[in-house]
Amino acid sequence: METISAIFNFKQLVNGIQLGSIYALIALGYTMVYGIIRLINFAHGDFFMIGAYAAFFMSTYLVARLGNAPIVLIFIGSMLASACAAMLTNRLVYKPLRYRPRLSALIAAIGVSMFIEYLFSSLPFIGASFRAFPEIIQRRPYQFGLIQLNNYQIINLAVTISLMLFLTFIVRKTMMGKAMRAVALDKDAARLMGIDVEKIITFTFFIGGSFAGAAGLLASITYPRIFPYMGILPGLKAFVAAVLGGIGNIPGAMLGGYIMGIAETYATAYRSLYGEGIAFAILILVLLFRPQGILGEKTAEKV
Amino acid sequence: MKRDLKLILAGLAVYLVVFGLKTIGFLGDFPMLVINLSLVYMILTSSLNLINGFTGQFSIGHMGFAGIGAYISGILTTLIWKLSIDTPMHTRVPLFLVALTLGGIAAALAGFLISIPSFRLRGDYLAITTLGFGEMIRVIINNIDYVGGPRGLLGIPRISDFTIIFLITFLTILILRNIIYSSYGRALLSIREDYIASALVGVDTTKYKMFAFTVGAFFAGIGGGLLCHLIKIAHPTQFGFMGSILLLVFLYVGGMGSLTGSILAAFVLTVLERYALPVLFSSMSSFTLPRWGFEVGQEWRMVLYSFLLIIIILFRPEGLFGGKEAKILIPEEDR
Repeated sequence: METISAIFNFKQLVNGIQLGSIYALIALGYTMVYGIIRLINFAHGDFFMIGAYAAFFMSTYLVARLGNAPIVLIFIGSMLASACAAMLTNRLVYKPLRYRPRLSALIAAIGVSMFIEYLFSSLPFIGASFRAFPEIIQRRPYQFGLIQLNNYQIINLAVTISLMLFLTFIVRKTMMGKAMRAVALDKDAARLMGIDVEKIITFTFFIGGSFAGAAGLLASITYPRIFPYMGILPGLKAFVAAVLGGIGNIPGAMLGGYIMGIAETYATAYRSLYGEGIAFAILILVLLFRPQGILGEKTAEKV
Repeated sequence: MKRDLKLILAGLAVYLVVFGLKTIGFLGDFPMLVINLSLVYMILTSSLNLINGFTGQFSIGHMGFAGIGAYISGILTTLIWKLSIDTPMHTRVPLFLVALTLGGIAAALAGFLISIPSFRLRGDYLAITTLGFGEMIRVIINNIDYVGGPRGLLGIPRISDFTIIFLITFLTILILRNIIYSSYGRALLSIREDYIASALVGVDTTKYKMFAFTVGAFFAGIGGGLLCHLIKIAHPTQFGFMGSILLLVFLYVGGMGSLTGSILAAFVLTVLERYALPVLFSSMSSFTLPRWGFEVGQEWRMVLYSFLLIIIILFRPEGLFGGKEAKILIPEEDR
């Protein structure tokens, strides 16, 4: 009995990590954008959805044309599609609102998010209905003694960790990363030092968007069902993850994503109602008791 | 009473005109439904305006409050109606009003609870908390089988008629106006204009924020109750995120901090939605782009709304009537 429950728990843990990888990737984009321009980019969940649809169209096209779908090509394509959507949103909507009250930008972000969702569900060649995502990587179970894993779980974890390492490298070791940190710290001072702030912001949206696209591809491989509203809930939950880890903090977003994924999987296994609500319960608790998040530093509110 | 006299007379005049047009048959069932809906949206939008527009807080889960009011009052009236099948209508209306008030009080309690984080949080964090709260309400309703879960609460009696809805809408607006032009209202405005300065001059910001959330949620609950007794169903998706966004669109189109704006926007947008858009879309869908089989459906309505929201934020962030008020809605000594 003990071993059975231990295996059950372990399986939930693995499932949680698999889900958490997706949340972590979305949360990274949230946290970067928030760190730079202090905007909760509500449309981020929709960039995730755009990534999934880009992957869907590319893979069906490639399968029809070539007979197989090279995964690397689809991966790069969906990242690029989401990144372009993110940069376009930034240029058209967020840039004109840059020096307005922060709530204006937030409302605009909500508007953009709704616009993308409803536009996608209205466009006839996309439509509001669910679509089955083609199996572009075959699922392979592996057995290690009593423990069962499959290659999706390994792919998710590997992709997420390597992307995060890549991001950490950019932020810590390159000039672009140095400029990003400077803009996050003080936009005006950064501009006085000759940093092109708008370029840095665009770059941030590019990176954040491409991570959301990667997450969209991973999610639609793992849970092969896509629809125009698929970004709403993962987006919100990833935001909670970013807040939980400490918004603006890259390892924090990662940690928060995994905690969220694992918590949700366990809660759902216990009772499905708890799984749906746990993200928001965590959010309210964190905001009440540790608003700066697990890894965030406490900052005094400026007058 | 005296300072309200002109407003009451104006309300009475509007009521009589609409009621007269209905009696002579000029306004049929469908136009009356549209008018009733727009009145309910007036309640919901102006109560949101109290929190967002006048106090400068930020709630994007407002439909959650309406959902609480709708479900509580809907359950109560359905029960009462089952227990008393033969009682005549005029004894039922007071019972309905009691159920409505109880729904409002339940919503006010929720508003009180949600105001607690608002003491510590500001701006976008508060927005996220209220959003999370609204979603939690939806999830909870979705999972209670007694109220129908995802099917919605069906079989709610239709009691909200034009007279009841108009009366309650009018009272809501009157009460909100009197709050805004009282010392409480001044305190709320001072919190919106400069939170720190108002705390420094001795405004008890905690108390007033709590007040705004509780009162706003109360009226939202009443509005929700009226709504479900008008369309005979309460459904969880009505009260989710999208519903709250619809209210935000109304609020921003009308203008933050303007009751006039909320009233007009709720009326104009509801009428446009029910009349202009179906006509527009039915004429559009008759031509079909050959390549895609392009057909225009109801979904485009939300595309339009969200586009409108973005455009207004970009080009006229104060809304149509931002901060301005029609004369009739300002008490004489404040003009």
